[in-house]
Amino acid sequence: MTDTHTRQLSIWNFGVAFSAFLIAAFMGFYQVVERSGIFPALESAKVYFASVSSHGVLMAYVLTTFFIMGFGYYTAATALQRPIWKPVLAWAGFGLSLFGTVLAAIPLLTGKASVLYTFYPPIQASSLFYIGVALLVAGSWVWCVIMIVMTHQWQKENPGRPIPLAMFGTAANVFLWLWTSAGVGMEVLFQLIPWSLGWRDTVDPGLARTLFVWTLHPIVYFWLIPAYIAMYCFVPRAAGGYLFSDEMARFAFLGLLVFSLPIGFHHLYMDPEQAAGWKLLHGILTFMVAVPTLITGFTVFASLEIASRLNGGRGLLGWIGRLAWGNPMVLAAVLALLMLILGGFGGIVNASYALNAMVHNTAWVPGHFHLIFAGTTVIMYFAIAYHLWPRLTGKALCNNNLALIQLWTWFVGMTLLSTPWHVLGLLGQPRRISSVTYHSLLTLAWQPYELFMIMGGALLLGSAVLFGYILLKSLRNPSPQVDLEPNYADPIHPPRDMPAWVENMKIWNVIVAGFMLVSFGIPILQFFFLKTYDSVPWGY
Amino acid sequence: MHIDPLEKKWIYIVLGMTALFLGGIFFTTFVFDIHPPSNVETIDSARLHLSEEFAEDNLGVKRQPDGTIKVIMVAGRYGFFPRRITLPADTPITFRWASIDVLHGVHMPMTNMSTMVVPGYVSEITTEFPKPGDYPMLCNEYCGLGHDFMWSKVTVEEKQAWMRRHPNFGGGES
Ligand SMILES: [Cu+2]
Repeated sequence: MTDTHTRQLSIWNFGVAFSAFLIAAFMGFYQVVERSGIFPALESAKVYFASVSSHGVLMAYVLTTFFIMGFGYYTAATALQRPIWKPVLAWAGFGLSLFGTVLAAIPLLTGKASVLYTFYPPIQASSLFYIGVALLVAGSWVWCVIMIVMTHQWQKENPGRPIPLAMFGTAANVFLWLWTSAGVGMEVLFQLIPWSLGWRDTVDPGLARTLFVWTLHPIVYFWLIPAYIAMYCFVPRAAGGYLFSDEMARFAFLGLLVFSLPIGFHHLYMDPEQAAGWKLLHGILTFMVAVPTLITGFTVFASLEIASRLNGGRGLLGWIGRLAWGNPMVLAAVLALLMLILGGFGGIVNASYALNAMVHNTAWVPGHFHLIFAGTTVIMYFAIAYHLWPRLTGKALCNNNLALIQLWTWFVGMTLLSTPWHVLGLLGQPRRISSVTYHSLLTLAWQPYELFMIMGGALLLGSAVLFGYILLKSLRNPSPQVDLEPNYADPIHPPRDMPAWVENMKIWNVIVAGFMLVSFGIPILQFFFLKTYDSVPWGY
Repeated sequence: MHIDPLEKKWIYIVLGMTALFLGGIFFTTFVFDIHPPSNVETIDSARLHLSEEFAEDNLGVKRQPDGTIKVIMVAGRYGFFPRRITLPADTPITFRWASIDVLHGVHMPMTNMSTMVVPGYVSEITTEFPKPGDYPMLCNEYCGLGHDFMWSKVTVEEKQAWMRRHPNFGGGES
């Protein structure tokens, strides 16, 4: 049983995360309908782009950051078996992030920050938006400090013992996030806020874009690592078995930390302000990040197979039928991995140095990242919520079957939504348009796909509402949760004689620093020794 | 430390796959010399009209003495200038772009003509169009509320027909 602060902190963080998610889900559905052009009365570029901006910020920054903080507090308290360090500080961080979110929401919802979630200078949003986002991130840094201190204290009290795997993953994610958020942090602090407040007249969009991509790719792994933690630490036990390899899991987390950071330039392949050689270097490193992901897939599938065989599963593929399909955590893991495989192949195309030209900024890209983010990541967030909500609130989950239906509808909806997106991308439809105005025969081929996207969107919205309903209904469930203990999986081989450098986060941070210096050092410095011309602010 | 033999095999497969993909990329990069548009050339976007290359009179399609074609275009909210161009098929064509205001992206569906147009920088890309026909040349980066309406029309003509109509060297399109 966890202490009150841990439970309250997790519940409140999850509450904010999932409220943001629900609001954003409605916007997402509106967007596919508006974009289809089938309902002319809905067409409005102003509303559409305000909605796209809000949807992106709510899903990518608010849902993720608050969910990860809530999950982190639970992980730290239960895996390390110690109370949260300085709960007052934790609440202050939560408050700061929430205040920032509200501050950013005001201009977003009133159409004063329609710069999408990637900011796009020299289009200038209200300064409230940039300040709000900065405070949201600053609040999450408080969480980072608490996580680091707790890990450090545990290590001091348990010399020589390996950090519990769930906390090892969380610690890797904390360092990943601190490194990741530094890029956009510098952009917002030194460029966007002074510029939007009128303290400086111009901004260099090339430098801004370079700083932003520093954050843009690793941030995806910040969102994804909690999903991986659940796959390693909850799924094997939920399936009725054991974790195949604790040691490889550690290397996978370290691989993500080291390789996801210096690779952002594949988002800049089509940009003029960075030279080909740097793009190629980042491209090579981008492929390296596939390695920890493929190792994770292997370990999770192996753990699932072991569990199934322990439960009587037989044959080369026969064990699949004997999996614990009725367990939301197991179901979510299988569906998440399916979408991760498909999304991963799309990612290989995006990361390919020359192939990228074909799909850059087309509908392919949102198709790809919805598979990875809304598919793999968010579906695991659902499963974690179903798993933890009863343990946090003390009330049993109201209905297991509803949870299974919710996960399946999410999977089918995401497939219906993202498949046409991929096809449309290959047919050349740009992303980020609110209507198709090009009077061209080529664009007629785009139309039939819009219908599938509306169906997918409707299914996803239904699934999102069902998720909210299950959590709220469970809060009023009269039957209490019987098993309040955390449910971490045991590894087949406990981590023994691990070399000390694996657990030494200092070493890994030094390695990351070296990589970052090589991959971003000169590309950022060039803006200070080139003769560059800044750009003046523009409205939307 | 304990690494399962199966796991070891899988790691070799993964590393092999990664090497294969990278091999493919190195091959197209170094053998076919295919690169993304990356010329790191700066320009003052606010003074484009005073520049030699991107002044209004200078925009459009130019036939070079060596037979290649150069296209000078400007992106600004909400259009590409010139609004219409006609190009020959099967001919190397070099596009040079500058933005007069915000970020834009230019893309012709079903071709690999794609580049971002970032204010302060000149984007350059060389490509060939094998298939004659009408193509929308559209903005694929959010540039403001009129973004949807930002597009030009490109007609790709069969090479001989285009050459007959554009016999002059170095002049702009009429
Ligand atoms: Cu544009």
